[in-house]
Amino acid sequence: MTVKYTEDHEYVRQNGSDGTVGISSYAQEQLGDIVFVELPAVGNSYKKGDEIAVVESVKAASEIYAPVDCTVTEINEVLNGDPGLINTDPMGEGWLVKVTIDDESALAGLMDEAAYQSHIA
Amino acid sequence: MADSENLKHVVLNGQHETLGGRMVPFAGYALPVQYPDGIVTEHKWTREHAGLFDVSHMGPSFIRLKQSSGDAEKDHAAVASLVEPLICGDLQGLKPGRLRYTMLLNEQGGILDDLMIARPAEPELAGALYVVVNAGTKDADFQMIAEALGSAATLTRADDGALLALQGPAAAAVMQAMVPGVSDLDFMSYARFHWNDATLVISRSGYTGEDGFEVLVPALSAEQFWAALLDDDRVKPVGLGARDSLRLEAGLPLYGHDLNETISPIEAGMGFAVSKRRREAADFRGAKRILSEREGKLARVRVGLFVEGAPAREGAEIVDDKGETIGVVTSGGFSPSLGRAIAIGFVPPTHDTPGTVLGVKVRTRTQRAEVTETPFVPHNYHRKIS
Repeated sequence: MTVKYTEDHEYVRQNGSDGTVGISSYAQEQLGDIVFVELPAVGNSYKKGDEIAVVESVKAASEIYAPVDCTVTEINEVLNGDPGLINTDPMGEGWLVKVTIDDESALAGLMDEAAYQSHIA
Repeated sequence: MADSENLKHVVLNGQHETLGGRMVPFAGYALPVQYPDGIVTEHKWTREHAGLFDVSHMGPSFIRLKQSSGDAEKDHAAVASLVEPLICGDLQGLKPGRLRYTMLLNEQGGILDDLMIARPAEPELAGALYVVVNAGTKDADFQMIAEALGSAATLTRADDGALLALQGPAAAAVMQAMVPGVSDLDFMSYARFHWNDATLVISRSGYTGEDGFEVLVPALSAEQFWAALLDDDRVKPVGLGARDSLRLEAGLPLYGHDLNETISPIEAGMGFAVSKRRREAADFRGAKRILSEREGKLARVRVGLFVEGAPAREGAEIVDDKGETIGVVTSGGFSPSLGRAIAIGFVPPTHDTPGTVLGVKVRTRTQRAEVTETPFVPHNYHRKIS
Protein backbone atom coordinates (compact mmCIF):
# COMPACT_ATOMS: atom_id res chain seq x y z
CA MET A 1 0.00 0.00 0.00
CA THR A 2 1.22 3.43 -0.85
CA VAL A 3 -0.16 6.86 -0.04
CA LYS A 4 0.09 9.61 -2.60
CA TYR A 5 -0.95 13.25 -2.37
CA THR A 6 -2.19 15.94 -4.74
CA GLU A 7 -1.17 19.59 -4.63
CA ASP A 8 -4.73 20.30 -3.45
CA HIS A 9 -4.18 18.14 -0.37
CA GLU A 10 -6.22 15.09 -1.27
CA TYR A 11 -4.63 11.76 -0.53
CA VAL A 12 -5.19 8.41 -2.20
CA ARG A 13 -4.17 5.24 -0.41
CA GLN A 14 -3.58 2.64 -3.11
CA ASN A 15 -3.90 -1.12 -2.86
CA GLY A 16 -3.64 -2.51 -6.35
CA SER A 17 -6.48 -0.93 -8.34
CA ASP A 18 -8.36 -0.01 -5.14
CA GLY A 19 -7.94 3.43 -3.68
CA THR A 20 -9.17 5.26 -0.57
CA VAL A 21 -9.47 9.01 -0.97
CA GLY A 22 -9.52 11.66 1.74
CA ILE A 23 -7.93 14.93 2.71
CA SER A 24 -4.56 15.28 4.40
CA SER A 25 -4.04 16.12 8.03
CA TYR A 26 -2.66 19.49 6.92
CA ALA A 27 -5.83 20.17 4.90
CA GLN A 28 -8.21 19.40 7.76
CA GLU A 29 -6.17 21.62 10.03
CA GLN A 30 -6.35 24.49 7.53
CA LEU A 31 -10.10 24.06 7.07
CA GLY A 32 -10.87 23.90 10.76
CA ASP A 33 -13.97 22.21 12.18
CA ILE A 34 -15.70 20.23 9.43
CA VAL A 35 -19.47 20.52 9.85
CA PHE A 36 -20.87 19.02 6.64
CA VAL A 37 -19.79 16.62 3.93
CA GLU A 38 -21.31 16.03 0.53
CA LEU A 39 -20.32 12.68 -0.96
CA PRO A 40 -20.84 11.36 -4.50
CA ALA A 41 -23.06 8.49 -5.58
CA VAL A 42 -21.51 5.03 -5.70
CA GLY A 43 -20.85 4.12 -9.35
CA ASN A 44 -20.01 7.65 -10.46
CA SER A 45 -16.86 8.00 -12.53
CA TYR A 46 -14.54 10.99 -12.35
CA LYS A 47 -11.57 12.31 -14.24
CA LYS A 48 -8.57 13.58 -12.32
CA GLY A 49 -9.41 17.08 -11.09
CA ASP A 50 -13.21 16.64 -11.18
CA GLU A 51 -15.10 17.68 -8.07
CA ILE A 52 -15.77 14.41 -6.26
CA ALA A 53 -16.97 15.71 -2.87
CA VAL A 54 -17.49 18.90 -0.87
CA VAL A 55 -16.26 19.42 2.65
CA GLU A 56 -17.69 22.35 4.60
CA SER A 57 -16.16 24.05 7.60
CA VAL A 58 -17.96 26.67 9.68
CA LYS A 59 -16.49 29.35 7.42
CA ALA A 60 -16.54 27.92 3.91
CA ALA A 61 -17.16 25.10 1.46
CA SER A 62 -14.15 23.38 -0.09
CA GLU A 63 -14.28 21.21 -3.19
CA ILE A 64 -12.47 17.90 -3.09
CA TYR A 65 -11.06 16.77 -6.42
CA ALA A 66 -10.52 13.29 -7.78
CA PRO A 67 -6.78 12.61 -7.45
CA VAL A 68 -6.82 10.26 -10.48
CA ASP A 69 -9.38 8.96 -12.99
CA CYS A 70 -11.56 6.65 -10.93
CA THR A 71 -14.99 5.14 -10.20
CA VAL A 72 -16.58 5.39 -6.74
CA THR A 73 -17.21 2.00 -5.11
CA GLU A 74 -18.07 3.08 -1.55
CA ILE A 75 -18.68 6.28 0.38
CA ASN A 76 -18.03 6.89 4.08
CA GLU A 77 -21.64 7.21 5.26
CA VAL A 78 -20.47 7.67 8.86
CA LEU A 79 -19.35 11.15 7.94
CA ASN A 80 -22.95 12.29 7.38
CA GLY A 81 -23.55 11.93 11.11
CA ASP A 82 -20.04 12.70 12.28
CA PRO A 83 -18.20 14.95 9.81
CA GLY A 84 -15.73 15.82 12.59
CA LEU A 85 -14.04 12.45 11.96
CA ILE A 86 -12.24 14.22 9.13
CA ASN A 87 -10.64 16.47 11.75
CA THR A 88 -9.84 13.80 14.29
CA ASP A 89 -8.67 11.02 11.94
CA PRO A 90 -8.34 12.32 8.37
CA MET A 91 -6.07 9.52 7.18
CA GLY A 92 -8.08 6.77 8.92
CA GLU A 93 -11.75 6.82 9.95
CA GLY A 94 -12.23 10.17 8.24
CA TRP A 95 -11.76 8.83 4.67
CA LEU A 96 -14.23 10.14 2.09
CA VAL A 97 -14.63 7.61 -0.72
CA LYS A 98 -13.27 4.28 -1.94
CA VAL A 99 -12.64 4.03 -5.65
CA THR A 100 -11.42 1.79 -8.41
CA ILE A 101 -8.46 3.46 -10.05
CA ASP A 102 -8.67 3.46 -13.86
CA ASP A 103 -4.93 3.38 -14.43
CA GLU A 104 -2.57 2.63 -11.55
CA SER A 105 0.37 4.16 -13.40
CA ALA A 106 -1.31 7.57 -13.00
CA LEU A 107 -0.30 7.55 -9.34
CA ALA A 108 3.28 8.12 -10.41
CA GLY A 109 2.25 11.69 -11.17
CA LEU A 110 1.30 12.36 -7.53
CA MET A 111 3.49 13.25 -4.58
CA ASP A 112 4.79 10.73 -2.10
CA GLU A 113 4.88 11.49 1.62
CA ALA A 114 8.29 13.19 1.50
CA ALA A 115 7.40 15.32 -1.52
CA TYR A 116 4.07 16.30 0.07
CA GLN A 117 5.74 17.26 3.33
CA SER A 118 8.06 19.61 1.49
CA HIS A 119 5.07 20.90 -0.55
CA ILE A 120 3.31 22.07 2.64
CA ALA A 121 6.45 23.16 4.50
CA MET B 1 -2.07 36.27 2.23
CA ALA B 2 0.05 37.68 -0.58
CA ASP B 3 -0.48 41.19 0.71
CA SER B 4 0.17 40.31 4.32
CA GLU B 5 3.10 42.76 4.45
CA ASN B 6 0.64 45.57 3.75
CA LEU B 7 -1.75 44.62 6.52
CA LYS B 8 -2.06 46.74 9.62
CA HIS B 9 -1.39 45.09 12.94
CA VAL B 10 -3.47 45.48 16.06
CA VAL B 11 -1.70 46.35 19.31
CA LEU B 12 -2.12 42.75 20.52
CA ASN B 13 -0.83 41.12 17.31
CA GLY B 14 2.04 39.45 19.17
CA GLN B 15 -0.36 38.00 21.76
CA HIS B 16 -2.50 36.43 19.02
CA GLU B 17 0.54 34.87 17.40
CA THR B 18 1.80 33.54 20.73
CA LEU B 19 -1.59 31.95 21.39
CA GLY B 20 -1.45 30.21 18.00
CA GLY B 21 -4.06 32.45 16.38
CA ARG B 22 -4.44 31.87 12.66
CA MET B 23 -3.96 35.35 11.28
CA VAL B 24 -6.01 36.32 8.22
CA PRO B 25 -6.59 39.61 6.41
CA PHE B 26 -9.77 41.37 7.48
CA ALA B 27 -10.64 44.99 6.67
CA GLY B 28 -6.96 45.77 6.10
CA TYR B 29 -5.81 44.19 9.37
CA ALA B 30 -4.18 40.89 10.23
CA LEU B 31 -6.56 39.31 12.74
CA PRO B 32 -7.04 35.85 14.28
CA VAL B 33 -9.87 33.92 12.58
CA GLN B 34 -9.43 31.21 15.22
CA TYR B 35 -7.05 29.88 17.84
CA PRO B 36 -5.99 26.21 18.08
CA ASP B 37 -9.26 25.20 19.83
CA GLY B 38 -11.16 25.99 16.63
CA ILE B 39 -14.32 27.88 15.78
CA VAL B 40 -16.87 25.41 17.16
CA THR B 41 -15.16 25.08 20.54
CA GLU B 42 -14.60 28.84 20.78
CA HIS B 43 -18.22 29.48 19.84
CA LYS B 44 -19.59 27.07 22.44
CA TRP B 45 -17.20 28.38 25.09
CA THR B 46 -18.60 31.87 24.57
CA ARG B 47 -22.18 30.62 24.93
CA GLU B 48 -21.29 28.73 28.13
CA HIS B 49 -18.52 30.76 29.79
CA ALA B 50 -16.74 33.87 28.48
CA GLY B 51 -15.04 34.52 25.15
CA LEU B 52 -12.45 37.28 24.73
CA PHE B 53 -12.41 38.99 21.33
CA ASP B 54 -9.95 41.52 19.97
CA VAL B 55 -11.98 43.92 17.83
CA SER B 56 -9.34 46.64 17.66
CA HIS B 57 -9.81 46.89 13.90
CA MET B 58 -13.11 48.65 14.55
CA GLY B 59 -13.44 52.41 14.76
CA PRO B 60 -13.85 53.86 18.25
CA SER B 61 -13.74 57.65 18.39
CA PHE B 62 -14.74 60.63 20.50
CA ILE B 63 -16.59 63.72 19.43
CA ARG B 64 -16.16 66.83 21.55
CA LEU B 65 -17.83 70.18 21.38
CA LYS B 66 -15.16 72.88 21.17
CA GLN B 67 -16.94 75.43 23.32
CA SER B 68 -18.81 74.43 26.45
CA SER B 69 -21.78 76.54 27.50
CA GLY B 70 -21.40 75.34 31.07
CA ASP B 71 -24.80 73.69 30.86
CA ALA B 72 -24.55 69.93 30.39
CA GLU B 73 -27.95 69.53 28.73
CA LYS B 74 -27.33 72.40 26.33
CA ASP B 75 -23.93 71.00 25.41
CA HIS B 76 -25.40 67.59 24.73
CA ALA B 77 -28.16 69.12 22.61
CA ALA B 78 -25.55 71.05 20.66
CA VAL B 79 -23.36 68.07 19.84
CA ALA B 80 -26.38 65.87 19.13
CA SER B 81 -27.71 68.38 16.61
CA LEU B 82 -24.42 68.22 14.70
CA VAL B 83 -24.53 64.44 14.28
CA GLU B 84 -28.27 63.81 13.95
CA PRO B 85 -28.52 64.92 10.28
CA LEU B 86 -26.31 61.92 9.36
CA ILE B 87 -28.30 59.27 11.24
CA CYS B 88 -31.87 58.10 11.85
CA GLY B 89 -31.57 57.87 15.64
CA ASP B 90 -32.62 60.28 18.37
CA LEU B 91 -29.43 61.52 20.00
CA GLN B 92 -31.10 64.46 21.72
CA GLY B 93 -33.14 62.06 23.79
CA LEU B 94 -30.21 59.83 24.70
CA LYS B 95 -29.82 59.75 28.47
CA PRO B 96 -26.43 60.19 30.17
CA GLY B 97 -24.45 56.96 30.19
CA ARG B 98 -26.54 55.30 27.48
CA LEU B 99 -25.54 53.74 24.13
CA ARG B 100 -27.70 53.82 21.07
CA TYR B 101 -27.48 51.55 18.04
CA THR B 102 -28.05 53.67 14.95
CA MET B 103 -27.26 53.99 11.27
CA LEU B 104 -25.51 56.42 8.98
CA LEU B 105 -27.72 56.88 5.92
CA ASN B 106 -27.32 58.17 2.40
CA GLU B 107 -29.85 60.42 0.64
CA GLN B 108 -31.63 57.35 -0.74
CA GLY B 109 -32.14 55.95 2.75
CA GLY B 110 -29.50 53.26 2.22
CA ILE B 111 -27.25 52.28 5.10
CA LEU B 112 -23.69 53.63 4.92
CA ASP B 113 -22.82 51.99 8.23
CA ASP B 114 -24.35 50.78 11.45
CA LEU B 115 -22.77 52.12 14.60
CA MET B 116 -22.99 52.77 18.33
CA ILE B 117 -23.22 56.29 19.71
CA ALA B 118 -23.02 56.90 23.45
CA ARG B 119 -23.52 59.87 25.72
CA PRO B 120 -21.12 60.16 28.66
CA ALA B 121 -22.58 59.75 32.15
CA GLU B 122 -20.14 62.20 33.68
CA PRO B 123 -21.44 65.82 33.67
CA GLU B 124 -17.91 67.13 33.11
CA LEU B 125 -17.87 65.29 29.78
CA ALA B 126 -21.10 66.87 28.55
CA GLY B 127 -20.90 67.80 24.89
CA ALA B 128 -18.94 64.65 24.10
CA LEU B 129 -20.06 61.48 22.32
CA TYR B 130 -18.40 58.07 22.14
CA VAL B 131 -18.86 56.64 18.66
CA VAL B 132 -17.88 53.16 17.43
CA VAL B 133 -18.12 52.40 13.72
CA ASN B 134 -17.26 49.37 11.57
CA ALA B 135 -13.71 48.61 10.46
CA GLY B 136 -14.31 48.52 6.72
CA THR B 137 -16.12 51.85 6.68
CA LYS B 138 -14.30 53.78 9.36
CA ASP B 139 -12.21 56.12 7.24
CA ALA B 140 -15.22 57.24 5.21
CA ASP B 141 -17.42 57.46 8.32
CA PHE B 142 -14.94 59.57 10.24
CA GLN B 143 -14.50 61.91 7.29
CA MET B 144 -18.25 62.32 6.89
CA ILE B 145 -18.81 62.92 10.59
CA ALA B 146 -15.91 65.37 10.83
CA GLU B 147 -17.35 67.36 7.91
CA ALA B 148 -20.73 67.49 9.61
CA LEU B 149 -19.13 68.73 12.82
CA GLY B 150 -17.48 71.58 10.95
CA SER B 151 -15.75 74.01 13.29
CA ALA B 152 -18.13 73.40 16.18
CA ALA B 153 -16.73 70.07 17.37
CA THR B 154 -13.81 67.72 16.81
CA LEU B 155 -13.66 64.02 16.10
CA THR B 156 -10.69 62.18 17.60
CA ARG B 157 -10.01 58.64 16.47
CA ALA B 158 -9.30 56.19 19.26
CA ASP B 159 -8.41 53.21 17.08
CA ASP B 160 -4.76 53.25 18.11
CA GLY B 161 -5.49 51.33 21.34
CA ALA B 162 -7.22 48.00 21.90
CA LEU B 163 -10.95 47.41 21.71
CA LEU B 164 -11.75 44.13 23.43
CA ALA B 165 -15.05 42.33 23.88
CA LEU B 166 -15.72 39.90 26.72
CA GLN B 167 -18.91 37.98 25.98
CA GLY B 168 -20.79 35.17 27.64
CA PRO B 169 -22.70 34.25 30.80
CA ALA B 170 -19.52 34.45 32.92
CA ALA B 171 -18.44 37.82 31.50
CA ALA B 172 -19.98 39.94 34.26
CA ALA B 173 -18.42 37.95 37.10
CA VAL B 174 -15.02 37.95 35.39
CA MET B 175 -15.07 41.66 34.63
CA GLN B 176 -16.45 42.62 38.04
CA ALA B 177 -13.55 40.81 39.74
CA MET B 178 -11.09 42.92 37.76
CA VAL B 179 -12.97 46.21 37.53
CA PRO B 180 -15.23 46.61 40.58
CA GLY B 181 -18.50 48.34 39.81
CA VAL B 182 -18.67 47.29 36.19
CA SER B 183 -21.45 44.76 36.80
CA ASP B 184 -23.73 47.67 37.80
CA LEU B 185 -23.83 48.73 34.15
CA ASP B 186 -27.11 47.89 32.46
CA PHE B 187 -27.31 46.58 28.88
CA MET B 188 -26.55 49.40 26.42
CA SER B 189 -24.95 51.68 28.99
CA TYR B 190 -21.33 52.65 29.52
CA ALA B 191 -18.91 54.49 31.79
CA ARG B 192 -15.26 55.17 32.44
CA PHE B 193 -13.45 52.95 34.93
CA HIS B 194 -9.96 52.95 36.33
CA TRP B 195 -7.85 49.83 36.16
CA ASN B 196 -4.29 50.08 37.45
CA ASP B 197 -3.08 53.32 35.84
CA ALA B 198 -5.39 53.16 32.86
CA THR B 199 -8.77 54.70 32.11
CA LEU B 200 -11.03 52.14 30.45
CA VAL B 201 -14.17 52.99 28.51
CA ILE B 202 -16.49 50.04 29.19
CA SER B 203 -19.91 49.46 27.67
CA ARG B 204 -22.36 46.65 28.41
CA SER B 205 -22.83 45.58 24.83
CA GLY B 206 -21.60 43.16 22.23
CA TYR B 207 -22.19 41.25 19.04
CA THR B 208 -22.87 37.70 20.20
CA GLY B 209 -26.34 37.86 21.77
CA GLU B 210 -24.74 37.18 25.15
CA ASP B 211 -24.29 39.44 28.14
CA GLY B 212 -20.91 41.10 28.04
CA PHE B 213 -18.74 44.15 27.68
CA GLU B 214 -16.77 46.05 25.11
CA VAL B 215 -13.70 47.75 26.54
CA LEU B 216 -11.56 50.47 25.02
CA VAL B 217 -8.08 50.09 26.50
CA PRO B 218 -5.17 52.49 25.95
CA ALA B 219 -2.38 50.88 23.90
CA LEU B 220 0.07 50.98 26.80
CA SER B 221 -2.21 48.93 29.05
CA ALA B 222 -3.58 46.58 26.39
CA GLU B 223 -1.19 43.66 26.90
CA GLN B 224 -1.59 43.74 30.66
CA PHE B 225 -5.38 43.93 30.50
CA TRP B 226 -5.61 41.15 27.91
CA ALA B 227 -3.34 38.93 30.02
CA ALA B 228 -5.31 39.64 33.19
CA LEU B 229 -8.57 38.61 31.51
CA LEU B 230 -7.05 35.42 30.09
CA ASP B 231 -5.68 34.61 33.52
CA ASP B 232 -9.25 33.80 34.56
CA ASP B 233 -10.08 30.15 33.83
CA ARG B 234 -13.52 31.12 32.60
CA VAL B 235 -12.02 33.12 29.72
CA LYS B 236 -10.68 31.83 26.40
CA PRO B 237 -9.61 33.86 23.38
CA VAL B 238 -12.09 33.70 20.50
CA GLY B 239 -11.37 34.60 16.88
CA LEU B 240 -13.33 36.28 14.11
CA GLY B 241 -14.72 32.95 12.88
CA ALA B 242 -16.75 32.36 16.03
CA ARG B 243 -17.58 36.06 16.24
CA ASP B 244 -19.34 35.62 12.90
CA SER B 245 -21.15 32.38 13.83
CA LEU B 246 -22.23 33.87 17.18
CA ARG B 247 -23.66 37.02 15.65
CA LEU B 248 -25.40 34.98 12.94
CA GLU B 249 -27.13 32.83 15.59
CA ALA B 250 -28.07 36.04 17.39
CA GLY B 251 -29.66 37.30 14.15
CA LEU B 252 -27.46 40.40 14.17
CA PRO B 253 -26.76 41.81 10.69
CA LEU B 254 -23.21 42.32 9.46
CA TYR B 255 -22.39 45.48 7.53
CA GLY B 256 -21.21 44.82 3.98
CA HIS B 257 -23.23 41.60 3.90
CA ASP B 258 -26.72 41.95 5.44
CA LEU B 259 -26.58 45.74 5.36
CA ASN B 260 -25.26 47.97 2.61
CA GLU B 261 -25.80 51.32 0.89
CA THR B 262 -28.82 50.04 -1.06
CA ILE B 263 -30.60 48.43 1.89
CA SER B 264 -32.75 50.60 4.15
CA PRO B 265 -33.21 50.15 7.92
CA ILE B 266 -36.79 48.99 7.31
CA GLU B 267 -35.81 46.38 4.72
CA ALA B 268 -33.13 45.20 7.14
CA GLY B 269 -35.73 44.68 9.86
CA MET B 270 -34.00 47.31 11.96
CA GLY B 271 -36.88 49.77 12.07
CA PHE B 272 -36.26 50.28 15.78
CA ALA B 273 -33.13 52.20 14.78
CA VAL B 274 -35.37 54.89 13.24
CA SER B 275 -36.30 56.75 16.42
CA LYS B 276 -39.85 57.98 17.00
CA ARG B 277 -38.91 61.65 17.23
CA ARG B 278 -37.00 61.47 13.95
CA ARG B 279 -39.86 59.64 12.25
CA GLU B 280 -42.36 62.25 13.32
CA ALA B 281 -40.07 65.05 12.17
CA ALA B 282 -39.10 63.14 8.98
CA ASP B 283 -35.81 65.02 9.24
CA PHE B 284 -33.31 62.34 8.24
CA ARG B 285 -31.76 61.30 4.96
CA GLY B 286 -33.97 59.09 2.86
CA ALA B 287 -36.96 59.84 5.11
CA LYS B 288 -39.43 59.67 2.24
CA ARG B 289 -38.44 56.15 1.24
CA ILE B 290 -38.00 54.90 4.78
CA LEU B 291 -41.32 56.25 6.02
CA SER B 292 -43.22 54.82 3.04
CA GLU B 293 -41.50 51.45 3.56
CA ARG B 294 -42.53 51.62 7.18
CA GLU B 295 -46.13 51.93 5.97
CA GLY B 296 -45.64 48.62 4.17
CA LYS B 297 -44.49 49.74 0.73
CA LEU B 298 -41.34 47.71 0.51
CA ALA B 299 -39.92 45.24 -1.97
CA ARG B 300 -37.80 43.06 0.29
CA VAL B 301 -37.25 42.27 3.92
CA ARG B 302 -34.60 40.50 5.90
CA VAL B 303 -35.54 37.05 7.20
CA GLY B 304 -33.96 34.19 9.05
CA LEU B 305 -33.88 30.76 7.40
CA PHE B 306 -33.46 27.26 8.78
CA VAL B 307 -31.67 25.49 5.93
CA GLU B 308 -31.85 21.71 5.46
CA GLY B 309 -28.56 20.02 4.64
CA ALA B 310 -25.48 21.87 3.47
CA PRO B 311 -24.98 25.46 4.62
CA ALA B 312 -26.23 28.07 2.15
CA ARG B 313 -23.54 30.73 1.94
CA GLU B 314 -23.69 34.41 1.06
CA GLY B 315 -24.93 34.82 -2.52
CA ALA B 316 -27.06 31.65 -2.61
CA GLU B 317 -30.35 32.28 -4.43
CA ILE B 318 -33.61 31.92 -2.52
CA VAL B 319 -36.46 30.39 -4.55
CA ASP B 320 -40.20 30.05 -3.96
CA ASP B 321 -42.21 26.83 -4.19
CA LYS B 322 -42.31 27.19 -7.99
CA GLY B 323 -38.55 27.45 -8.21
CA GLU B 324 -38.63 31.17 -9.09
CA THR B 325 -35.76 33.18 -7.66
CA ILE B 326 -37.19 35.62 -5.13
CA GLY B 327 -34.21 36.63 -3.05
CA VAL B 328 -30.68 36.02 -1.92
CA VAL B 329 -28.80 34.80 1.14
CA THR B 330 -26.62 37.56 2.62
CA SER B 331 -25.07 35.55 5.47
CA GLY B 332 -25.19 31.85 5.95
CA GLY B 333 -23.36 29.10 7.66
CA PHE B 334 -23.45 26.45 10.29
CA SER B 335 -24.83 27.10 13.74
CA PRO B 336 -22.59 25.38 16.30
CA SER B 337 -25.25 25.81 19.01
CA LEU B 338 -28.05 24.27 16.94
CA GLY B 339 -25.94 21.82 14.92
CA ARG B 340 -27.59 22.84 11.66
CA ALA B 341 -27.36 25.31 8.81
CA ILE B 342 -28.88 28.76 9.28
CA ALA B 343 -28.97 31.82 7.06
CA ILE B 344 -30.04 35.42 6.78
CA GLY B 345 -31.41 36.66 3.49
CA PHE B 346 -33.79 39.03 1.77
CA VAL B 347 -37.17 38.03 0.28
CA PRO B 348 -40.33 39.92 -0.75
CA PRO B 349 -42.66 40.64 2.20
CA THR B 350 -45.15 38.20 0.64
CA HIS B 351 -42.78 35.42 1.70
CA ASP B 352 -41.57 36.61 5.10
CA THR B 353 -44.01 34.85 7.42
CA PRO B 354 -42.30 32.41 9.80
CA GLY B 355 -43.06 28.88 8.69
CA THR B 356 -43.05 29.74 4.97
CA VAL B 357 -41.19 27.01 3.11
CA LEU B 358 -38.74 28.29 0.52
CA GLY B 359 -35.68 26.84 -1.17
CA VAL B 360 -32.04 27.84 -1.36
CA LYS B 361 -29.78 26.90 -4.24
CA VAL B 362 -26.62 25.18 -3.05
CA ARG B 363 -24.34 23.99 -5.83
CA THR B 364 -26.54 21.88 -8.15
CA ARG B 365 -29.51 21.44 -5.81
CA THR B 366 -32.37 23.30 -4.23
CA GLN B 367 -32.54 22.69 -0.50
CA ARG B 368 -35.51 23.30 1.77
CA ALA B 369 -35.32 26.53 3.76
CA GLU B 370 -37.96 27.57 6.26
CA VAL B 371 -38.48 31.20 7.22
CA THR B 372 -38.02 31.63 10.95
CA GLU B 373 -37.98 34.33 13.58
CA THR B 374 -34.60 35.65 14.60
CA PRO B 375 -32.62 35.40 16.79
CA PHE B 376 -32.00 31.74 16.03
CA VAL B 377 -30.58 31.38 19.54
CA PRO B 378 -32.25 33.52 22.25
CA HIS B 379 -30.45 36.64 23.40
CA ASN B 380 -29.11 36.62 26.92
CA TYR B 381 -28.62 40.33 27.56
CA HIS B 382 -28.39 41.86 31.01
CA ARG B 383 -31.47 43.99 31.49
CA LYS B 384 -32.47 45.35 34.85
CA ILE B 385 -35.98 44.43 35.92
CA SER B 386 -37.93 47.66 35.99
